[in-house]
Amino acid sequence: MKRFAQLFAQLDQTTKTLKKVEHLVSYLNEADDDDKLWTIAILSHRRPKRTVKTSLLRIWASEIANVPLWLFEESYHVVGDLAETIALMIPAKTQQHTKRLTDWINIIKALDKKDEDYKKAVVLDAWSGMDYNERFVFNKLITGGFRIGVSQKLMMRAIAQYEGQEENAMAHRLMGNWTPDTITYDELIRSENPLDDISKPYPFYLAYSVESEPSELGEISEWLLERKWDGIRGQVIIRENQVFVWSRGEELVTDKFPEYHSLGLDLPNGTVIDGEILPFADGKPLTFNVLQTRIGRKNITKKILQSAPVILMCYDLLEHDGKDIRNLPLRERRKLLVQLLKDHDTKGICQLSEGVAVENWDAAAVERSRSRSLMSEGLMIKRLDSEYKIGRKKGDWWKWKIDPLTIDAIMLYAQSGHGRRANLFTDYTFAVWDGENLVPFTKAYSGLTDKEFNEITKWVRKNTKEKFGPVRSVNPELVFEIAFEGINASKRHKSGISLRFPRMVRWRRDKPAKEANTLNDLKKMLELYG
Amino acid sequence: MPVHQKNDLLRFTPKGIYCEQADVYIDPWRPVDKALITHGHADHSRWGHKSYLATESAAPVIQYRLGKINIQTIAYGKKISINGVDFSFHPAGHIIGSAQIRVAYKGEVWVASGDYKLENDGISEAFESVKCHTFITESTFGLPIYDWKPQQEIFADINAWWRTNASLGKVTFITGYSLGKAQRILNGLDHSIGKIYTHSAVENINEVIRQQGVSLPSTNRIHKDIPSKDFESNLVLAPPGALNSSWMKKFKPISIGIASGWMALRGARRRRAAERGFVLSDHVDWKDLNTVIKATEAERVIVTHGYTKVYTQYLKEQGLQAEAAQTEFTGENLEGENIPSIDNSTTPNQ
Repeated sequence: MKRFAQLFAQLDQTTKTLKKVEHLVSYLNEADDDDKLWTIAILSHRRPKRTVKTSLLRIWASEIANVPLWLFEESYHVVGDLAETIALMIPAKTQQHTKRLTDWINIIKALDKKDEDYKKAVVLDAWSGMDYNERFVFNKLITGGFRIGVSQKLMMRAIAQYEGQEENAMAHRLMGNWTPDTITYDELIRSENPLDDISKPYPFYLAYSVESEPSELGEISEWLLERKWDGIRGQVIIRENQVFVWSRGEELVTDKFPEYHSLGLDLPNGTVIDGEILPFADGKPLTFNVLQTRIGRKNITKKILQSAPVILMCYDLLEHDGKDIRNLPLRERRKLLVQLLKDHDTKGICQLSEGVAVENWDAAAVERSRSRSLMSEGLMIKRLDSEYKIGRKKGDWWKWKIDPLTIDAIMLYAQSGHGRRANLFTDYTFAVWDGENLVPFTKAYSGLTDKEFNEITKWVRKNTKEKFGPVRSVNPELVFEIAFEGINASKRHKSGISLRFPRMVRWRRDKPAKEANTLNDLKKMLELYG
Repeated sequence: MPVHQKNDLLRFTPKGIYCEQADVYIDPWRPVDKALITHGHADHSRWGHKSYLATESAAPVIQYRLGKINIQTIAYGKKISINGVDFSFHPAGHIIGSAQIRVAYKGEVWVASGDYKLENDGISEAFESVKCHTFITESTFGLPIYDWKPQQEIFADINAWWRTNASLGKVTFITGYSLGKAQRILNGLDHSIGKIYTHSAVENINEVIRQQGVSLPSTNRIHKDIPSKDFESNLVLAPPGALNSSWMKKFKPISIGIASGWMALRGARRRRAAERGFVLSDHVDWKDLNTVIKATEAERVIVTHGYTKVYTQYLKEQGLQAEAAQTEFTGENLEGENIPSIDNSTTPNQ
């Protein structure tokens, strides 16, 4: 554990990617295979689930720190992180544990369904034998919310470097449904046949936004233009008569989409399609909002299947006849995809994402401007010669999204952030005018610079009206331009609307509060684009 | 929440902490006739008073910073009587010359403690506990999350970091207040590792302190004629305001460290993108704060800058008469030396 805690501290102390990789590689050199495997699991968001309620941890920590619970909570508001608050507050260690990361994780997992006294004894004993960094990491593990500032990409690079293997091959091995309970380090990283796992998906290829005018990409005939559909990017796998559906977040979601289950009969084995899980009815896409009603539900009822049906809008073919064809050029893969969908009747479940045929970039711009009316987010621009790469890469695939909608709104509440932004006011609630009243309609927390957040934090301190725990109501004076991708009617919100991806694009210092937008303006947008 | 009780020996007024019976102020933040000064930090020792009284070892820095002022000095522990009120200055251990001011009148004793710490840093006169009925205290780090390690451990960390940087040919760049923290760091550095260069703001204070007869390790003032490569493997000591300035850019390759109590929090560390945060403060942590208050045997405690509201509540639960007072003191802050603190609290003193 000490070594893992040290790794965490090292990664936390630097923002330089080279350094991070260096630290990871030297960790891999020292850790044993079990610890290596768990470290990879944690870094790829395969964390053990929470086995102790945080409310209990708070109580135990305040008890042994000899601090009243309310003071613990006040301290937590200042620190902005529970694991850190506990690590800072509890008494210094009285012994030194020497267990490995893997041992601690097993101890934490074994706490599931045990009674409170037992859990307490185990946790207090753990704390009593750890230094600050170990405690912090242990608390992160036990609260189930461990995030480390290392991207998947960096982790792959480090493993590849350590193993002396290719990065892409490593990336593929790490995909899929494994957990440290079902596999060993050797099996995962070094086995001869990584594809023994028939559910294993391919890493997604992701696009960057265009950086300048698309016309600078050259001859339009070298590019495939498609609509950018607004659903969930997914990968559907048909192998050995079974169907597996993966979301881009590397989550296995087969059960959530029974519509796709018949594909196991309708499509040949050894087929992997990259597409969009898209809500769709009467020949056209529905809003993303409809899909949202399905996400997160445990039971997919008949009613939901009827009100929020999905299709697979097919973009690309990654495996054909059991062969990985990702290194074929897109124009070849596309031909195979078209043929596949022609030869096999999927009863409307699989639909080809049609190319947008245009002669030149001006015509493309016209097509892009039609996006909102087609329920699409813009255009995708893919080089016809491109192979299917891994992760977000520049050069061959671009997204050309439509400009977001914007509205000028007034800050009504401010709350401090977490982690890097702890004790800075970074999370705001915004309102628009409804006659003389202000109606809150959205929250936003990104889009400003650190400098601006600092300045606003000072302003919030001076302009607080009331405090509600960590939230403050402030004088309604500051105006911000809020950008968002979509607008929908909502019964849950007082304003009657909900926004998709709201964020701040600008602090409108030039605008007095009375010139901010109104609820009527929002309602007009809802009519136009909702 | 100004504290106003008619018979109070010391009262919190818009100009500062006021003793009506003697007609003097302690650390006033608006110009007054007679100011008693606990120490030379800019939020306690301000410009514009007609006369100043401070300890002998605090006076040189105050004079250096404020220029031509009418200042008298007093030895620690010596009594001065003003209209029947006895005043005496006692070591606060915060920075050189820092004092708690004891105020006694007709058997009632108050202590205004300014800023203080318990750990003896070897430069400041070591803290002495003073018994009183009413104790005025700061609460800059008045939460149980602040628990300082002994300074030897911190200096060992700083020196190990410098040693590593030196072996890589890097410039070690560390920041701390030019008055107090900088000299404390200087004293803790292992001079066998390399040369120590100082920012002018730090070196100016060093010179004043050396003239007082305090010996400080030898330092090199930075000026524009020193070629960049001279800094390699050596250490640069600068005030917090120099962070990310254009002045800093000439030190390459660089490794940046910040020495401050606020470095206890991960968010504060990461936001500043410093490679290293060293938890070193010239204020008391939670346990020392409580130790000091207990030792004063005070029944009444008035809490000034810091987590005033929360700490007052805590003291009340401990059975003390406690109240929060509004002042314009800022405690330790990370951005500069005399601007209000950004990180101070989510519950500022109001």
